Amino acid sequence: MARPTGPRKSRRHALLVALAIIAGVVIYAYGFAVTNVDLSEIRSPSRLSQLTRVIRSLARPELLTYERVDTNTDVPFYMPCPPGGFTAPETDPYQRRVIVEPACVDPGADITVHGENFSPNARVTVYLVPPSNDLQFPLSQEIIADENGAFTAVLGTRERPSDQQQLIRSITREQTGTIFHPATVESIDPLTGAAVTVKSPRISEAAKITWDKILETVFLALLATTLGVFIAVPMSFFASRNLMQDIKIPLVKLGLQILALPVGAVLGVLAAGEARGLSEHLTSNLALLLVGVVVLPVLIAIAFRWSLPAVEDEPPSSGLRFARAGVLVVASVAGIVVMFLVGNLLTRFGTWSTPKLSSFGFLGAFSTTLGDIVSAIITLVTAFLAAAVFMSLAGRFANWLRTHAPDSLTRPLSLPLAAAAGAAVMLILGQGVSWLYRIDDPMKIIWIPGGVGALLGLGLAARVYRKETVSIGLTIYYGARTLFNGIRSIEPLVMVIVFVVWVGLGPFAGALALSLHTVAALAKLYSEQVESIMPGPIEAVQATGATRVQTIVYAVVPQIVPPYISFTLYRWDINVRMSTIIGFAGGGGIGSILQQNIRLLNYRAAAVNMLAIAIVVASMDYLSSRVRQRIV
Amino acid sequence: MLKVEHLTKVYEGGTVALEDVSFEVPDGEFLAVIGLSGSGKSTLLRCINRLIEPTEGRITWHGVDITTASQDDMRRIRRRIGMVFQHFNLVHRSKVLTNVLQGSLGYVNPALSIINKFPKEQVERALAQLDRVGLKDQAHKRADTLSGGQQQRVGVARAMMQSPEMVLADEPVASLDPVLAHSIMQYLELINKEDEVTVLCSLHFLDLVHRYADNTIALKDGHLVFEGPPSEIDDVKFKDIYGEEAERVG
Repeated sequence: MARPTGPRKSRRHALLVALAIIAGVVIYAYGFAVTNVDLSEIRSPSRLSQLTRVIRSLARPELLTYERVDTNTDVPFYMPCPPGGFTAPETDPYQRRVIVEPACVDPGADITVHGENFSPNARVTVYLVPPSNDLQFPLSQEIIADENGAFTAVLGTRERPSDQQQLIRSITREQTGTIFHPATVESIDPLTGAAVTVKSPRISEAAKITWDKILETVFLALLATTLGVFIAVPMSFFASRNLMQDIKIPLVKLGLQILALPVGAVLGVLAAGEARGLSEHLTSNLALLLVGVVVLPVLIAIAFRWSLPAVEDEPPSSGLRFARAGVLVVASVAGIVVMFLVGNLLTRFGTWSTPKLSSFGFLGAFSTTLGDIVSAIITLVTAFLAAAVFMSLAGRFANWLRTHAPDSLTRPLSLPLAAAAGAAVMLILGQGVSWLYRIDDPMKIIWIPGGVGALLGLGLAARVYRKETVSIGLTIYYGARTLFNGIRSIEPLVMVIVFVVWVGLGPFAGALALSLHTVAALAKLYSEQVESIMPGPIEAVQATGATRVQTIVYAVVPQIVPPYISFTLYRWDINVRMSTIIGFAGGGGIGSILQQNIRLLNYRAAAVNMLAIAIVVASMDYLSSRVRQRIV
Repeated sequence: MLKVEHLTKVYEGGTVALEDVSFEVPDGEFLAVIGLSGSGKSTLLRCINRLIEPTEGRITWHGVDITTASQDDMRRIRRRIGMVFQHFNLVHRSKVLTNVLQGSLGYVNPALSIINKFPKEQVERALAQLDRVGLKDQAHKRADTLSGGQQQRVGVARAMMQSPEMVLADEPVASLDPVLAHSIMQYLELINKEDEVTVLCSLHFLDLVHRYADNTIALKDGHLVFEGPPSEIDDVKFKDIYGEEAERVG
């Protein structure tokens, strides 16, 4: 087909441009309609005055509280006029002054009161003070001075004649003292009603609360980042294609390992329960507890050293292997006991020391909490480790089977194994679904998922029957990526709602939500760094006969330290910013107080919060860029 | 004795890197592997320690079948095969000493090595290996502060740290200038003659082959096209290996 040329082509081009412009106009018109763009609202005077008020308040963060005291401006005054009349003394036109005209009147007659050089928009009340000077009679409502601090009012006087000089007193409430010359003011404590002496100006309540809350915010971000990093670092290796793509395992091994996983986990939970029971014998007595915490780790270390020696030249005899495995099991149970002991010890130390440490009591409380955390996660950790051990054993058994049994046995064996493994996975998923949707029908939660799983397993086995291996590495890689992307797509602001339900309103909920999001975000960033490292060193370390873990420690980790640090700092920076708003959803930190102030229309206090956020974010940015420069 | 029989490697995607390659290497021999870039030299060397999984064929070493060895056995085999790379493959941010100590990873306690703790005698051995290549005073520098020639000497020290019975050298001097090339080759020769380590070394320059190798194999498009002592490579053989347009230099 010949391409149109010459004028035909340019006409077509013009038509296309015109269509594109029309399409653009339509798109933006619809966009304006959907986003309610309305300029008449912008011009409305009431909105403008409100806006002005808010912006002006925001521009004056309430950092300092000034005491307001009454200041009097007195003008001598006669009522009625004395013989010979009366003229008020001249006053300085550059100072605050009040001129009363006429300077003397008949009782009850009107006077014009003119004030100058008051503060802009000052609120002034005018009084008549009789000669006795212990009473004063208001002559006016509150008068508001103009922008130059001037006002003029025509007021009626009262029927209070006197031969002596009276006063026309203008009282205005004004803040007193300056930063450089603070005043001391007698005031009344609003709570107790007692007379107190306070300074003016002094640090405002809003500023004090902001300080507390911004500290809370920074530490919330720190905890969330730390927790996130701890989990994200190991996770990131599973989400790195270059580390995972070569991991292919035989189907027989995969099947055995999947079956071993739940068995190991259950046994781990049982072992943890057993160890908890054992540890209770020791925790009942403080001396025994201390001895246990010191002696057991030493014994465990010796046991581990003996049973995990350097790689020997020849594979060890099977008797020695069994002895080692036995010692390892005992040492592991002892290890769990030690963890229980440590947890108990920390809790005890915390409760004992908290009252003694007075203002450093938070250290004791930290110890208690740490102890609680240790005790709480032991079961989880044990289940996890036991599952790992069982999977490793299953893997070894599969290797042994593949080298010792004939191919004609292992290959068909992979079919029932795959079916059983598939069924096991689906059964576990079925239990989850049953819990979510509260299905109690055994047909639906046992037989159907089991059957479907078995069929899936069989299908997989049939698919890979010839080459016998499954690219489990890539499967884990895609699984991990999907999981991270899923978690990452939910903003922490939304996550915090769930955590608030779980742990209550406050910074803890915020920290948990941020941690979860941090794990997903960092694992993704980290894994992409792992994917971009040089492959050469990995190859070199593998070639020395190193294990997979050794390869990661020696060839991968040194290469990723600088980007990991840099990303971690960046994430802390993000978390500080996130934690300033996570309070809007109940996650504690400065956001909670900022939201409160905005709702209460307390814009000057809100301005203090925003100022604090700006300072912290800016200094975090500065700090992290400095640290990055240093390390990378 | 290393015996390679009918070795074939087909990469995913169908690229045939090696096809039916068979040869034998007696213990203590210095074997040069020559051929153009892309002729399969690197693949061949990496099949021997199974950094690359062969598709077909058998490799036996001291009577043990490498191609079917289990993961655990493979680690035991690998730690006795040192490897030297064209691009040195040092971990840049680690210390020179740590790079050399990597050579002992197959021997030390895996649990302790994870926390970067090596037995004292291994550290002393690593220092001795560095001394041997003249870099003892650089042991605590970062690897990337060294020059190319020095880095390759660290690579040789790392391979020697394994107390190997065989060293696979994949174009060990291709990234170095000719003067440095001889110094590295002399270290390999020293290892070969003094420690009686079998050396399989892929090389570009024929003069290096003549100078150092006991025996030669040549690969062309994944096929073995020549096997014999370097002195037998005459002009006809040279054209066979490197193609008609090639001209001899050096």
